[in-house]
Amino acid sequence: MESVFGLVGKDFAIVVADSSAVHSILVHKTNEDKIMLLDSHKLMGASGETGDRAQFTEYIQKNVALYQFRNGIPLTTAAAANFTRGELATALRKNPYMVNIILAGYDKDIGPSVYFIDYIASLHKVDKAAFGYGSYFALSMMDRHYRKDMTVEEAVDLVDKIIMEIRSRLVVAPPNFVIKIVDKDGAREYGLA
Amino acid sequence: MSRRYDSCTTIFSPEGRLYQVEYAMEAIGNAGSAIGILSKEGVVLVGEKKVTSKLLQTSASTEKMYKIDDHVACAVAGIMSDANILINTARVQAQRYTYAYQEPMPVEQLVQSLCDTKQGYTQFGGLHPFGVSFLFAGWDKNYGFQLYMSDPSGNYSGWKAAAIGSNNQAAQSMPKQDYKDEITREEAVQLALKELSKTMDSTSLTSEKLELAEVFLSNGIVKYQVCSPGALSKLLVKFGVTQPAADAS
Repeated sequence: MESVFGLVGKDFAIVVADSSAVHSILVHKTNEDKIMLLDSHKLMGASGETGDRAQFTEYIQKNVALYQFRNGIPLTTAAAANFTRGELATALRKNPYMVNIILAGYDKDIGPSVYFIDYIASLHKVDKAAFGYGSYFALSMMDRHYRKDMTVEEAVDLVDKIIMEIRSRLVVAPPNFVIKIVDKDGAREYGLA
Repeated sequence: MSRRYDSCTTIFSPEGRLYQVEYAMEAIGNAGSAIGILSKEGVVLVGEKKVTSKLLQTSASTEKMYKIDDHVACAVAGIMSDANILINTARVQAQRYTYAYQEPMPVEQLVQSLCDTKQGYTQFGGLHPFGVSFLFAGWDKNYGFQLYMSDPSGNYSGWKAAAIGSNNQAAQSMPKQDYKDEITREEAVQLALKELSKTMDSTSLTSEKLELAEVFLSNGIVKYQVCSPGALSKLLVKFGVTQPAADAS
């Protein structure tokens, strides 16, 4: 029942995730943050097995930090995406991580980018992506309304439309969502100054 | 000077020296020299070939210059069989990086990784260090063109001009006057050939005794090119480093 989706705008990328933590019929909390800041200019939104989600995203985050400490330069978004996919692929035939990931980043010379990484280690560089039951609605809305080079206002408007659709049409719809944005100034939660 | 401390890599001498590492550097001091010069437009590597016999089968292989990856090459000085092992190690490390990140390995990281391997042989295992020094020449998008020198101890540093092999101490100080930061690619080649001719024992230089390779950008793509013997002869004449071919007749 988790939803994660993301899209690329003019000079930014957005990742949105629901914020409910559910076990069977019980809602543990409604303000769970499922979008991790990998570094100053990268976001990793994840959905799937709760323990795996926290474990794997933290593992990637710490490895991204280690790279920067060792080498004095940050990983590019593409390098981080490929590294993440490699870790999922290595574990796949032994001890798979049941985590689906939307990775968004901003690189100085390349601009914004979004990567779709599913739990069986597929990797696709995309303009828009979604996971979970909400993806049925998110992808349809994005197919209808998404254009290249949208402004932040237009993108957030589309995000709002998607959230409304999920809320009204999904049977056990999550009530709250977290929106995070990454651009040349860094990765941060949208709506916070 | 205690002789009993020099046959084991894993212990220090009372003066705080690792004799095996120093002896490895001695071995390199008897090998053919190599010089590298860094310019804004590329890196040039020249090497002195020690094995010059008419009977030698000169095919596509080189004695001093090796390509590690599409964007990194190296010149070697020292024991060739040791060098081959390390070159292969460097090639594997570069490909392993690209396998994980789908990007070329930054030059300094490659050098550092290889030097970590070399350092291992000075600290544990009971095996002697590699008797090889390297000059690494490469390009990456973080720092552009770079030149690194590494030795058997596993130390490395970045240089604008560097020399390894025989007479390297003299050759290392030579470019100080002639080198300037804005040196062009052609001037770097000229400087490298001139310096090498000064350090070499032989009176006349021919293209059979040298190898020259360059790392440069062509249409935005990094190229590694070994100079052909014909082109090298022309360069030697052009820069006044050798006698023209006319008096060979």
